Amino acid sequence: MTEAFEPVIVGFTCNWCSYRAADLAGTARIKYPPNIRLIRLMCSGRLDPTFVFKAFSSGADGVMITGCHPGECHYVEQNYKAMRRFILLQRTLAQFGIEPRRVRLVWASAAEGHRLAEEITNMVEEVRQLGPLNWPTAPDGVQVTRSVEAI
Amino acid sequence: MTSNPDGNPNGKPKFAMCWAASCGGCEIAVLNIHEKILDVDQNFEVVFWPVAMDAKYKDVEAMPDGSITLTLFNGSIRNDENEHMAHLLRRKSKILVAFGSCACEGCIPGLANFSTTQEIFDAAYAGISTDNPNGIRPQSAWDAPEGTLHLPKFYPVLKTLDQVVPVDYYMPGCPPESHQIGAVIDLVIQALHGEATLPPPGAVIGAGQSTVCDECPRARNVKKITHFARIQDALIDPALCLLEQGVLCNGIATRSGCTALCPKAGAACVGCYGPAEGVLDYGARLMTAVASVIDSTDPAEINRILDSLPDPAGAFYRFNLAGSLLRAGKAAWAADRVKA
Repeated sequence: MTEAFEPVIVGFTCNWCSYRAADLAGTARIKYPPNIRLIRLMCSGRLDPTFVFKAFSSGADGVMITGCHPGECHYVEQNYKAMRRFILLQRTLAQFGIEPRRVRLVWASAAEGHRLAEEITNMVEEVRQLGPLNWPTAPDGVQVTRSVEAI
Repeated sequence: MTSNPDGNPNGKPKFAMCWAASCGGCEIAVLNIHEKILDVDQNFEVVFWPVAMDAKYKDVEAMPDGSITLTLFNGSIRNDENEHMAHLLRRKSKILVAFGSCACEGCIPGLANFSTTQEIFDAAYAGISTDNPNGIRPQSAWDAPEGTLHLPKFYPVLKTLDQVVPVDYYMPGCPPESHQIGAVIDLVIQALHGEATLPPPGAVIGAGQSTVCDECPRARNVKKITHFARIQDALIDPALCLLEQGVLCNGIATRSGCTALCPKAGAACVGCYGPAEGVLDYGARLMTAVASVIDSTDPAEINRILDSLPDPAGAFYRFNLAGSLLRAGKAAWAADRVKA
């Protein structure tokens, strides 16, 4: 393939903050690369590492986990659970030979559309540098999603 | 008297048991059903069971397709001989059971999926416990004066049985507990007599629907972990939940069915009964649970606590690596790609 590598990033957002930050980025016409596919959860504490493994095993090149800033969780302290899972997940992924930088934890409040867009842009570039993950369990069809045109 | 579903002259349905990459513990567990083994003999004609009787692969090849009523297949798929037997017995069997943790989810042999073939061979043929001065390594073909000899080809990535052929039932455990095996054999015999119906295909049999914690008699309170302890280094309260005492116990994510044997005996659950009902990735579920009871909100402190858990992937995927979503480490997959 001569086509340039476009990373596929799955982004998990919290209903109360980062999902709204993404919304704000949209209404404020802030640009970020279309490589990220956002999935809304009720809370970053809902993020079971299973979702991350599922994303990687299905062909994602990176996963971004986003939630409310520490101390600001809508459900009091669930974002701390997300943080602990994230740290444990990175350690485990390293043992699988997957670069820990392929997962990123970002705190973004509903007012931080700019910050979220910036983090997404950074992460896409970082994963682009890392190259495709191409996990062998991924269905071949996932290649199709790589050719999405930049808007 | 028994029906004669296979047109078998002695009127008994046929039974087979085969081991692939496994330790042999499953075979012992079957013999450990004591006098119930006589029920097996009374109700089945054993046509193939390498550990218990003499039979050749070509005998199985000569059997009509679908002529074996029940095959218990233990062991995972480590080489092309294992894979050949999986395909052969799938073709010959009406009911194929993935028997034991290796066949279901890779078990301990599956942990080798974190290593390359080279590393596995180095450990096996060049380790300090191996006397191998000429550095001999297994070859898949060898020219002897009498002709070329063939040995099974080693696969870089170990597979579970259902990653190779469709499986009718899963019976977890390392090994499956003998009382569970006895109950399953009773059920199959009753079903053959029309007195019971078998569960739907794809079901997990011979195990519970809940978790090991549900069967564990230890007292449970709020868990707050500030340090992970190895069981030999800690003073363990025999009546209190092990995880609460900082010992990584896998019972929270593991399917019930063993009657919590290990925690009852003072050892942590290692997860041999596999993922509990509805769990897609065993290690991930365990991570979810363990991370949530770590008692800190400070990243540096969390890292310090996790430093006392030196091998998280090995602990969380001890029995389930080959059956997990990622199935193997990147290095093993890379070698697998070269092979393909």
